Amino acid sequence: MRFVDEFREPELITKTADEIRRLADPKRHYRLMEVCGGHTHAIYRFGLKDILPDNIELIHGPGCPVCVLPMGRIDDGLSIAHDSPVIFTAFGDMMRVPGTQGSPLEHKARGMDVRIVYSPTDALKLARKSPEKHVMFFAIGFETTAPSTALTLMRAKAEGLRNFSVFSNHVTIIPAIRAILDSPDMRLDAFIGPGHVSTVIGCRPYEWIAKDAGKPIVVSGFEPLDMLQAIVMILRQLNAGEARVENQYKRVVPWEGNRSALKAMGEVFQLRPYFEWRGMGFISQSALRLRDGYAEWDSEQRFHIPGVRVTDPKAAQCGEVLKGVLQPHQCKLFGRECTPEHPVGALMVSSEGSCAAYFNYEHRKTASMSLVSPTA
Amino acid sequence: MCLAIPGKIVGISSDNQNSALVEVAGVRRTVDLGLLEDDKPKTGDWILIHVGFAMSKISEQDALDQMNTLRALGESEAALEEVRGYGLGEGENRKAG
Repeated sequence: MRFVDEFREPELITKTADEIRRLADPKRHYRLMEVCGGHTHAIYRFGLKDILPDNIELIHGPGCPVCVLPMGRIDDGLSIAHDSPVIFTAFGDMMRVPGTQGSPLEHKARGMDVRIVYSPTDALKLARKSPEKHVMFFAIGFETTAPSTALTLMRAKAEGLRNFSVFSNHVTIIPAIRAILDSPDMRLDAFIGPGHVSTVIGCRPYEWIAKDAGKPIVVSGFEPLDMLQAIVMILRQLNAGEARVENQYKRVVPWEGNRSALKAMGEVFQLRPYFEWRGMGFISQSALRLRDGYAEWDSEQRFHIPGVRVTDPKAAQCGEVLKGVLQPHQCKLFGRECTPEHPVGALMVSSEGSCAAYFNYEHRKTASMSLVSPTA
Repeated sequence: MCLAIPGKIVGISSDNQNSALVEVAGVRRTVDLGLLEDDKPKTGDWILIHVGFAMSKISEQDALDQMNTLRALGESEAALEEVRGYGLGEGENRKAG
């Protein structure tokens, strides 16, 4: 495991790893899904798999917003800025994500007015400064970023700023978990719950996962010790035949979530009947569109959107990897046709995608940092 | 985008109670407090920031731990680049002190 010495209480990390080995029943195979892309990145970066027993398998979930965005939505968003004096704004993560005619950065090189913003309020600020242009914010993200987009739209409406709109690709995590659990080839035992999404939605929305689906879920922080403690909590539940929602990340995540953020989301957004997720297909009630009261600030209502659909190449097995049926390297395209430089499938697109993380940390095997071997 | 950036509130605008000057590893930028209406932070408090908005109040120790996590993840530079970019990179004070 890497970087252990850089964290507080390294000896507690070792003790917790020992506890995991003690709890892991050698007769069982445990399949745990970490939902959040930040956790996926951390698991590979820290080399957590090196200290887990072989019968604990970590499956990487759908919590990387860039990865699950269908290519057609990028084409749709860029099509708005093809015509008329529109400034295309998005977070930096989006800039290298390919559409069928290239990424936003490549469109910029061809003359489109494309700008990186680090906050939706900066897109709003740009609109105030550029009254002769229309500023479109290409919004992505789960419940961690959706409230910020919502509050920005409330301000635009309050100001009556009409040269600003949002192309919403916001998605919600619960329906994606439900889709995974409903999948006939699902083989999961428990979930490591997302940390920062849960600061907004709290822990209550996960209760059905425990009660109805009978799977434990433990909301976890991002330090190695956080994730190891979450795995201990999960193993204790599984060994006792229990399924509960637990919160390992209490120091940041309140059980009830962030009420102001949820209120802003409720004011501005409503659920779409369905939305396409790259690698997973259409999932009902899994994404957010603007309410009719915000139609003037909704890019999809103000502009003609072609509604492009681009299917991933059949050979790409993103769906199987997302559901944990295959590990990233078991996909036929992994490391050959599909690499972080030339992503074919969704999960190779962002550093938080499981295939990109696997490629960068396992496949390239560049690990030259301080290594601590397991105390087996 | 998934990982939050820890910062300390060093001042709150007298014109706009939602606008706070926040310091992150020596960089000072304006951060929006509008999503913490129920539990407004004050000057001196530590917060976790997502895309220019304070999303939760945390302890100083948690803030230090979170910065350490970002560093270990190789994300601290990206986090600082994000913070420098707030306000379209026009920033109030490029460096504090």
